Formats: sequence, structure tokens, C-alpha cells
Amino acid sequence: MTAPVNTDLTQLDAAELGRRLAAGETGSVELTQAYLDRIAAQDDVLGAYLHVDAEAALARAGEVDAARAAGAELGPLAGLPVALKDVFVTEGVPTTSGSRILEGWRPPYDATVAARLKAAGTVLLGKTNMDEFAMGSSTENSAYRPTRNPWDPDRIPGGSSGGSSTAVAGGLAPWALGTDTGGSIRQPAAMTGLVGHKPTYGSVSRYGLIAFSSSLDQAGPMARTVLDAAVLHEAIGGHDPRDSTSIDAPVPALVRSTQEGARGELAGLRVGVVRELGGDGHTDGYDPGVLDRVRETVELLAGMGAEVREVSCPAFDLALPAYYLIAPSEASSNLARFEGMRFGLRVGDDGSHSLEEVMSLTREQGFGPEVKRRIVLGTYALSAGYYDAYYGQAQKVRTLITRDFTSAFDDVDVLVSPTSPTVAWPIGARVDDPLAMYAADLCTLPASLAGLPAISVPCGLSEGLPVGFQVMAPALADDRCYRVAAAVEAALDATRGSRFLDELTQRTAA
Amino acid sequence: MSTPSPQETAESQASAALGREDVAGPGRDAVAGLGREDVAQLARLARLALTDEELDHFAGQLSAVLDAVAAVGKADAGDVPPMTHAVPLTNVTREDVVTPSLPRDVVLAQAPAAEDDRFRVPQILGEEE
Repeated sequence: MTAPVNTDLTQLDAAELGRRLAAGETGSVELTQAYLDRIAAQDDVLGAYLHVDAEAALARAGEVDAARAAGAELGPLAGLPVALKDVFVTEGVPTTSGSRILEGWRPPYDATVAARLKAAGTVLLGKTNMDEFAMGSSTENSAYRPTRNPWDPDRIPGGSSGGSSTAVAGGLAPWALGTDTGGSIRQPAAMTGLVGHKPTYGSVSRYGLIAFSSSLDQAGPMARTVLDAAVLHEAIGGHDPRDSTSIDAPVPALVRSTQEGARGELAGLRVGVVRELGGDGHTDGYDPGVLDRVRETVELLAGMGAEVREVSCPAFDLALPAYYLIAPSEASSNLARFEGMRFGLRVGDDGSHSLEEVMSLTREQGFGPEVKRRIVLGTYALSAGYYDAYYGQAQKVRTLITRDFTSAFDDVDVLVSPTSPTVAWPIGARVDDPLAMYAADLCTLPASLAGLPAISVPCGLSEGLPVGFQVMAPALADDRCYRVAAAVEAALDATRGSRFLDELTQRTAA
Repeated sequence: MSTPSPQETAESQASAALGREDVAGPGRDAVAGLGREDVAQLARLARLALTDEELDHFAGQLSAVLDAVAAVGKADAGDVPPMTHAVPLTNVTREDVVTPSLPRDVVLAQAPAAEDDRFRVPQILGEEE
């Protein structure tokens, strides 16, 4: 069977679209309309978006086209559509964080990353669906609707950035931003056959990102290719004085590293395979097909000249319990701001209820079950008497995990593992079992807790569904993630004879 | 040893904090648990008016989660310093210069209720509590 000639703009990567825009082969209005048409045709089923403003997107695209026609000097992203997870505040554009408590809210300012993309000339297609306040691994915790996986609409698209992953994989956006607290960029990227990168904590601004767990939250790119992710990352990265945890260091040369990696330049690279993440004695809960694909990918890297060795990080075994204490604790504090007084929903303000009753009723009606569970758990973990045994101990485990990384990086340049223990599961399968849902984050949590960069790149199929390969690197060495991911991508494309997502294009066209 | 372990001390303090005596605490091997009343009290502290159904449902689920996360107690971390943050930054300062704030009407336009250029809130003083 030969691949059909691909004339559909929405199945192209952003780099190619950017080239066509710059060359005048297509205009931003034509391109934006192509995505809007596809959204109109498919999003009723897929549920990727919570908000689309076609009129505003086309108006913006028209401005870019006019500027280009007038001979204006435009940046490489000008005219390219983009989708943003609904956790980023966008001036005048409804922003809910997937929650009823913010239904109808139109923020009065832009998140720094949204402002940077706007300044680069991108066209905002819309805001993508997500687990409420980014709490979840399947996007089923959205207060509005579930998002479906374009590879199989009966399966979850991962989460919490599942609207972004489905939008990009399904051709409803060329690329998108997500956020990753415990894996919420990497895991949905893995589930939908995308590239997703969680940058070094502090290297991309959190200003205007609705906070879930402030010591962990990080924004990053989700894209069809490693190169697209690198371009988008470079556009949003860098110091922001409005985020006091922002690192004042330049963004590494991610595009250059991607190009080097794509040429297979890995000689001398030391790769550590983490035993605790799917290695011998640690395979419980992992799909055999996932482990096979990851093993083959490691062999691929060795074939390109990388020195591969197994590395043990024993504290990683406690990453899951530590994370599910730290994140809910920080969430219980962060979500105190949603009390129905200054913005969003207010319930029971009829003169018969006290202030505290109005707050309680507002939060009862405005928050969904997972958010309530985490607020209760976090309140418990932070309460006097339990603090040392739970939150305090979790923070010590966080130190142990970071030490494991530090000593591993004495011997290797990057660490690799599966991104997710399994492929995408059927919608509903884990929805009322919090622990089963949390287990989806097993492989992504260590890098989150240590604040380190980590990327997920497709490495093949298992049961006909995408498998993600995770590459973790030391702080501020995001370029290593891109280099290795690009090498994996190039080798896989060469083996398959086509781009990974072409598989999905062919299936959905059939 | 007659001195109580840190966990035992923590348990008794927490029991007192929650107003009950029979809390099963997070000991290394003990099964942690959250009863319906515990969840109700925590929800009150967090200003969440949970329904009876939610209380029943969450108590079981949260007990299972608590059992799982209590595994952090297995770590031999006695002298290990806690890690609060991935970025070792402290006291990030800037020049104290006046910059424009958001216009008041823009902010109040998104408030659930506003009156006289202010947020209008339910009565705070004179409540029984």
C-alpha cells in the first residue's frame, strides 16, 4: 500500500507550514481556515477544545497576511496557528482551567507565554480541554467534557494536557502548549504519538499559568516533530521578571541540537537506562509491548554510537507517594484563591448565607470530585501533627530522588525510560479508581520532583497505539533531550519510511 | 524505649487536631485511614461543603490513597534535608518602581458582584461564628 499524496495542510508539521507561509505558497487566513474547518468537522467527537473563536483567529490571520503583503519583516512563527491549554490566562478570551468555578471568566491579562506567542505573530485557534486544574492523567476530569484520542476515539488522550495532545495529533492545531506538573505534557504526548517536552523547572515563565502545584508546574511544547517542539520552546523560553522562580539563564540552542541529533550525531553519548522504571524486577504494571519498544529504541541509540548502561535510582520507587503528597498539599493552598469573591462562580449569595457558607457552597458546586479529593488530602497532609510524617517526609524523599539523579548524571549524560507504563486505556476504565489513575504517572514523576527537563518522543506502536520514549537530562540541559529525541525520531522515520503521525493520517483517511 | 516515636507523637497531635481519639495514623506498617468524620472536618477546614454521598465516597477512596502515599515513611531519610523547590533561589528582588496596575473597572468587570467600585461580598461582621 502506498501513502496517499498529502495535500491537507492540517497534516503537515509547523516547520513546513512556516516555510510555505514565508514563501507565499499559502496565507495565514487559508491555513487558519483549514484548521477551523477541521475543528468544525471533528471536534464534536474529539472534544479537544473548550473555546474556539473563529472570527478572532481569522481577523488575526488577516492582519499577518496584510503585514506580509505590505513587505513587513516578520518572524518565523508569524501566521502560524497555535492552541493553548486552558490553564494559560489569555486577555479577553475565556479561561477555565477545565473547571466550572471559572466558567465564563475572561482574564484581564495574558500569561507571559501567551504574550510571547502573540508577539511572535502566531494565531490563537483556541483553548484546549484539560483535567480540571490539571489534576488527572486522562482529561476525563474536565468539568466540561472528555477528550477522545484520535488514534481510537474510545480511548483517553492522556492528561492533563489531553485537549492539546488530541488537537495536535488530530490535525486540529499544528502545535500547542501544555503544562506538566507530574507528566501532563509528556504522558499525553506519548498517548497520541506526539513530541512533548517538560522544560527545566523555572526556564519557562509561569506568570499567568493558573497554579496547581507551584514547585512543580512547568509550561512546554507539544508538537508533531522534535524540531517543531524545539522551535516552539525557544519562542516561549527565557527569563521573566514577573515570575520570581524564573531562572535568569539563556535558553539552550534547542533547534541546533535537534538538527545535530537528527543527523545521528550521538558518538560518545552516555545513556543510562533506569532500572526502576521498567527494568528487571520493576515491570509490574508495564505493558510488555511498551517495554519492547523502549528496549528496541535503546538498541537503536547504541547502534548510533551511544554508550548504554543500566543505572539504578532506588528512590524513584517512592516518587509516586511523594508526588501525591506534595502536589495535593500545594494544590490545597493554591486553590484557596477560588472562594467566589473576586472572580468566577459565586453560589448562595442571597442574604441568607454567611461569607463562609457562600465560600463553601461556591467551592462545593464549582469543583469536581478529583479536585475535592486532592484538596482534602492536601489539607490533611499539611495539618498539624501529620505534617512531618507526610508532607515533610515527602520533601525528604524529593531530596533523595534528586540525589539519585545527581549521582546518575556523574556517569551518564541522559537517562531514558518509557514515558508511560501503558498505552492509552479505554475511556472510563480508571475514572473512579484514583490510585490506578495515579499509576499512569510512574515514569514521569521523578523528573518533575527534581525539576529536570524531560522529553517524550514516539518510539513505535503497541497494540496499534503509540508508545512514548522518555529522555531526561540535568537541569538546563534541555538541549540533550532534544538531541536524543531527534536521533530517535530520525531513525524511526527511516525505518518506517514515513513520519510517525503519517500512520494516523492514513488510518483516519482509510 | 519509652520515648514515643515521632510518628506516635504526630498521630496523637493529629487526633487532637481532628477532635477524635481513634485516628489510625501513618506509622511505618500501620494502615492509615480516613473516616467519614475526618473527611467532613477536613472539608470544613478547606471550606468545602461536601454532600453526604461525597463524604461516603471520598472516605473510602482517600483511605486507599493515604495507605499508598504513607509509603514515603519507608524512606530512610532521618537526616536528609527537605527539598521545597527545584530552583535554589531566595529573595528575588527588583527595583521598587511604580508600574501601571490593571484598571479598576477591568478587574471589577470579572467580579461575581461589585458595588461602588469595590468587590461586593457577603456580610462578614456580626456572624454567629
